[in-house]
Amino acid sequence: MAGQGGRGTGLPLEPAPVSRRSRILDLGDGRGGVSIAVVSTLLVFGALVLLITHAPGWPEVKKTFFDWGEFKDSFPEIAHAFKLNVKIFCIAEVFILAIALLLAVLRSLPGPVFFPLRLIAIVYADFFRGVPTILVIAVLGFGAPALALQGIPTSTTFWGIVALVLVYTAYVSEVYRAGIDSVHPSQDAAARSLGLTRFQGLRHVILPQAVRRVIPPLLNDFIGLQKDTALVGFLGAIEAFNQSQIDAAATFNYTPYLAAAVLFVAITIPLARFTDWLILRDRRRRQASGVAA
Amino acid sequence: MGKVVGLIVVVLVAMLAATTTASGRERVAAACADNVIHPGTLTVGTDNPAFPPWFGGGAAKGSTWKINDPSTGKGFESAVVYAVAKKLGFTRANVDWVYTPFAKSYAPGKKSFDLDINEISYTPARAKVVSFSASYYDVNQAVVVRKGTPIAAVRSKAGLRKYKLGAQLGTTSYDYIATHIKPSQKPAVYQQNIAAVSALKNGQIDGLVVDLPTSFYVTAVQVPNSKILGQFPTAARGEHFGMVLAKGNPLTACVNRALASLRKSGQLKRIQQTWLGKAAGAPVFR
Amino acid sequence: MTSALVLEGVRKSFAKNEVLRGIDLDVAEHEVVCLIGASGSGKSTLLRCVNLIEPIGAGRIFVAGEEITARGVDANRVRRGIGIVYQAYNLFPHMSVLRNVTLAPTRVLKLRRADAQHRALELLERFGLADKADDYPDRLSGGQQQRVAIVRALAMRPELMLFDEVTSALDPELVAEVLEVIRELAASGMTMLIATHEMSFARDIADRICFLDDGVILEQGPPDELLSRPREPRTQQFLQRIIEAGRL
Repeated sequence: MAGQGGRGTGLPLEPAPVSRRSRILDLGDGRGGVSIAVVSTLLVFGALVLLITHAPGWPEVKKTFFDWGEFKDSFPEIAHAFKLNVKIFCIAEVFILAIALLLAVLRSLPGPVFFPLRLIAIVYADFFRGVPTILVIAVLGFGAPALALQGIPTSTTFWGIVALVLVYTAYVSEVYRAGIDSVHPSQDAAARSLGLTRFQGLRHVILPQAVRRVIPPLLNDFIGLQKDTALVGFLGAIEAFNQSQIDAAATFNYTPYLAAAVLFVAITIPLARFTDWLILRDRRRRQASGVAA
Repeated sequence: MGKVVGLIVVVLVAMLAATTTASGRERVAAACADNVIHPGTLTVGTDNPAFPPWFGGGAAKGSTWKINDPSTGKGFESAVVYAVAKKLGFTRANVDWVYTPFAKSYAPGKKSFDLDINEISYTPARAKVVSFSASYYDVNQAVVVRKGTPIAAVRSKAGLRKYKLGAQLGTTSYDYIATHIKPSQKPAVYQQNIAAVSALKNGQIDGLVVDLPTSFYVTAVQVPNSKILGQFPTAARGEHFGMVLAKGNPLTACVNRALASLRKSGQLKRIQQTWLGKAAGAPVFR
Repeated sequence: MTSALVLEGVRKSFAKNEVLRGIDLDVAEHEVVCLIGASGSGKSTLLRCVNLIEPIGAGRIFVAGEEITARGVDANRVRRGIGIVYQAYNLFPHMSVLRNVTLAPTRVLKLRRADAQHRALELLERFGLADKADDYPDRLSGGQQQRVAIVRALAMRPELMLFDEVTSALDPELVAEVLEVIRELAASGMTMLIATHEMSFARDIADRICFLDDGVILEQGPPDELLSRPREPRTQQFLQRIIEAGRL
């Protein structure tokens, strides 16, 4: 497997095989290196913990931020409110992945005849990456219903999703664009040379490669989206963060924020592992062997 | 003749006001004034914008305070603060206002104010974390709706259940909705007054639950074509606003003494009537 | 007899750099023409202009009598009839060898999947690659990859094959198997235009060799004439350098 690539194949050199465990956990080579890393991490972490718990204000901070009773009390309601966050980002992500891909493709179309489309894509990406997400949410969430036009929904969940889709499509389209650009131009030439149309080339050759390459940054943006669903609370919807604010304000205790944070982190971890698995599975399939390379 | 009457009045007032000897009073006043973070100044926190009828007198161009500047002394809460400050021995010039967002008022650690006044309702849970002064206002909740909408025909608390209600974060209005109205749809909660008001204007909520004095401001100024549907009957134990101080701050006792004195002399009621006078006239829900 | 391929006064510039300065070339049916020349002389560009991957700046190109550079010509249709193999990055790495070969026949020629696979396996069999059909490209050696690339082009049943220095990026021991395939194709009568550095191979296989220099065909002729008795000084210089490098 090693050395399959390199000169003569036109493909990048594959790294030499490393053991499965060290690849997944990224511990570095050799046992000596591992124990030093572990010990020093424990020392630093331990020192931090000591420093914090002996600070004069610690008892008060502990009660305000880490109150177990408060956590237990507020968690069920916050978890229930979290369902709204999940709903929002699941629906939004579907639209984001699709529309951003379209935008990235538009941006990649060459030649003067496609210039207006490229321009639209550029202006869109610049604007919606530049403007703060909360502003888009506020303007759309309150502004659009205020127009009082027939047929415009007033639902805050609807406008929250629309705003998030508009903003994140801009970011994700740039990610796709990077992916498309990273596919060697000869791939496009090879596809077109076979008589495939531009669209067929994109669909069968370029985009499958491009998208696979940018799975990690796509995941990054998805995680960002999950957190930004909290901004929809500004429109009044009771999602997890808003709920935790309500609980905090009622008891003057911040622990509910921690409860909300726990939920957000909890969904991120399995998602990250799932993405790792996706990448691994694709690599394995290409190497057509059952042994981890 | 006038001079004699004046002298008698002064003596009478002095006798009435004194509960301890004159020097004792001075000692108390001096002791209270010691419990402030900036010696010689009473530092008072409140949120920005400072809405009527709690604050009044407008804000000078270029001032960081929006809508009203608390130091004008106008508006209910501003007036109460200056009255209390005077009792504590602080002149008007020695009262300093600091912008304190609601969430900061109960944050742990050293406070940036001596007392915070921001329409904050006393609850036992909150009182575990901060010290509350005695009540400076007993609160009723009210519902604001847009005229001509279906909810505007409701007369009873039960009738409100099927509508989408809204409240502002941190107010006990939300609690009130959850505990006493129990609507079928989850209510909306807004971080800022302006958001809640927009939602009502857009019809994203049918009714906005706020304390009664604020409801007058909302209907008079913020939402055209709206009205106060009604106020909720005062619960047995009532809801009241208190000033927030750092937990265990000895200044609390001083403030309470000042408030008691203002209440007894009728000055608190006069302040209330001046600034919240209209706040009696809304129908009560069944 | 119509020529398989005619280039008339073809010019091509990239920004300010004029790479093709007036190419005239006439390739007969079943003829094998090799293009030789220094890097940057325009060999690759010429080939890419023939299959319309690069638009030309001036001139005309005719394939089987049809002017393919005329307005309104469907470039995709033209490309179906022309096969090209590039120097590197040919195969689609996310597809198996079989899928690489059947992609265009199914999508462009609209063959049924079974028919396309049958055709593909036949071709792979012919060139000794049938056992690699389900492998992914990165499991193949460079020589195998280039041979699959040739098979992929042939699966479209083109009338004309173009080869753009297909062995230049290969390790030396893998070159022969690729050249063998090209030899066989030539023997079967395919019209071919081959850009190459492999002079011995060119001498063996070409009906005609064209020396490209600075954007024009400086000299052309049958292999023994051009390689042994070049007329132009620059041709002589070029061949001299090749001989010194031990490649002739």
